[in-house]
Amino acid sequence: MRFKDVFSIIGPAMTGPSSSHTAGAVRLARVARHWLGVQPDRARMTLYGSFADTYKGHGTDLALIAGLLNYDTDDYRIPDAEQCAEQAGMEVEFAVSGLPAPHPNTVRFELWKGEDQRTLLGSSIGGGSIHVQQLNEFRVNLTGELPTLVLLHSDKPGTLGAVTSALGAAHINIAYMHVDRKGRDGEALTAIETDSPAPAELITELRALPHMYEIKMINLKKGAESDAV
Amino acid sequence: MRFSHLHELGALCVEESTTIGRLMIKEQVQETNTPEEEIFRQMSDYYEVMKEAVHRGQTQDTVSRSGLTGGDGKRLAEYLRAGETCSGDASALAMAYALSVSEVNASMGRIVATPTAGSCGVIPGVFISAQERFGWDDEHMVRGLFAAGAIGYVIANNSFISGAEGGCQAEIGSAIGMAAGAMVELRGGTPEQAIHAVGLALKNTLGLICDPVAGLVEIPCIVRNGLGAVTALAAADMALAGVRSAIPSDEVIDVMLEVGSAMPSKHRETAKGGLAQTPTGKRLTESLTRNIPAKKDKS
Repeated sequence: MRFKDVFSIIGPAMTGPSSSHTAGAVRLARVARHWLGVQPDRARMTLYGSFADTYKGHGTDLALIAGLLNYDTDDYRIPDAEQCAEQAGMEVEFAVSGLPAPHPNTVRFELWKGEDQRTLLGSSIGGGSIHVQQLNEFRVNLTGELPTLVLLHSDKPGTLGAVTSALGAAHINIAYMHVDRKGRDGEALTAIETDSPAPAELITELRALPHMYEIKMINLKKGAESDAV
Repeated sequence: MRFSHLHELGALCVEESTTIGRLMIKEQVQETNTPEEEIFRQMSDYYEVMKEAVHRGQTQDTVSRSGLTGGDGKRLAEYLRAGETCSGDASALAMAYALSVSEVNASMGRIVATPTAGSCGVIPGVFISAQERFGWDDEHMVRGLFAAGAIGYVIANNSFISGAEGGCQAEIGSAIGMAAGAMVELRGGTPEQAIHAVGLALKNTLGLICDPVAGLVEIPCIVRNGLGAVTALAAADMALAGVRSAIPSDEVIDVMLEVGSAMPSKHRETAKGGLAQTPTGKRLTESLTRNIPAKKDKS
């Protein structure tokens, strides 16, 4: 089922005008921010397809900036996001691309915080629902509907076993899981969508596992803040 | 969810002697493992946002960001207050409210996607005008929203709800089908009647293209929301009178998928066909593009 519950049909509460171009854009950008873990110093967003054609009129640019500021889809500050970003010291830049994209409403983020640079490729698939396809060029398949743990680790046997055991012991149920690696024995990324958010202690425990580089928490629930984790 | 088609939804309601709205609440509790009060509160909050949007559209200026649209919801309500309408007062008020919500949307105001932002006017238009007319309490309306959500859930998973995917039949059509079915239930009709209303309504929107001028959710989307609210009321009346959808509603949803998939991309929210490519549509697009230049990179 593409749409999983009643609130994917009625909702979200949002700032107009387009659930694909505005609400979906806010949510994609929020995922990107949570993936970076903090507010970026600088962001470059490349728009594809219909996003590229109509982003100005739909306020997609404002929505994307708002998401990077961690605003929710119905935040009344969205129309003023440009000024808010300026006040927050976040530099933003937009580009449009004529290249084919996986979906008509697609955006690629490049985010910088100091030395740390991240990318995300995602699409807004309608009604405010999103599909994140890539995190730092790793393939994923995320909706942002559920709290999501993103783990960067080395491709070593037993790593995922240790992670899932720890989740199980903490009674965190795994709903969906996606694994991709750059190459055998190389860097790997695992994204785990869970029915309830993993508590901070559990994340600390996971971080201490051998072969684990870093863990980020993506949680789009109203008011949820990634930066503390 | 225990249902993926309307006939299954209807059968479950009969089996458990319940309404679509009540069944959907139960399913949502089960699916998301969230207490009923919390789910109900979430939907009540959405209903408040819908009411605020109607109010805002009826009392404030709602010029869209592009400057192309605004003020028609108020215009229609004034016309309704001034005298006899052609379509009847209930229809005119539903239409006025639907236009208002869509105008608030186009002006980057707060709305609820029902099921999308482009189609956000239909359900509030139908619901809030009917609430005023019949004096229902908010709880009744919120249960109605769950009924609308159940119908939308089936449509979305078997066909589509966005104009980009299936044309405006998918976007406005879904909203109309949802509003029609929910309205039957709000009036005390049976789940079976509600489901017939969905089919009756959707049959009338099949083939509707999505052709927004300059790609924006304004022209013709706002008026389609207004007229959609009236279609929903009419379909609800037919179903309450005992009219049945000769082609079962699930099959109509399948047809929407078939028609939408066959629709050329120029008629699916790309602004490359339909009203967007009329001489006036092109002129408006051109005038907007001149005001707001977009950077083009080399990639």
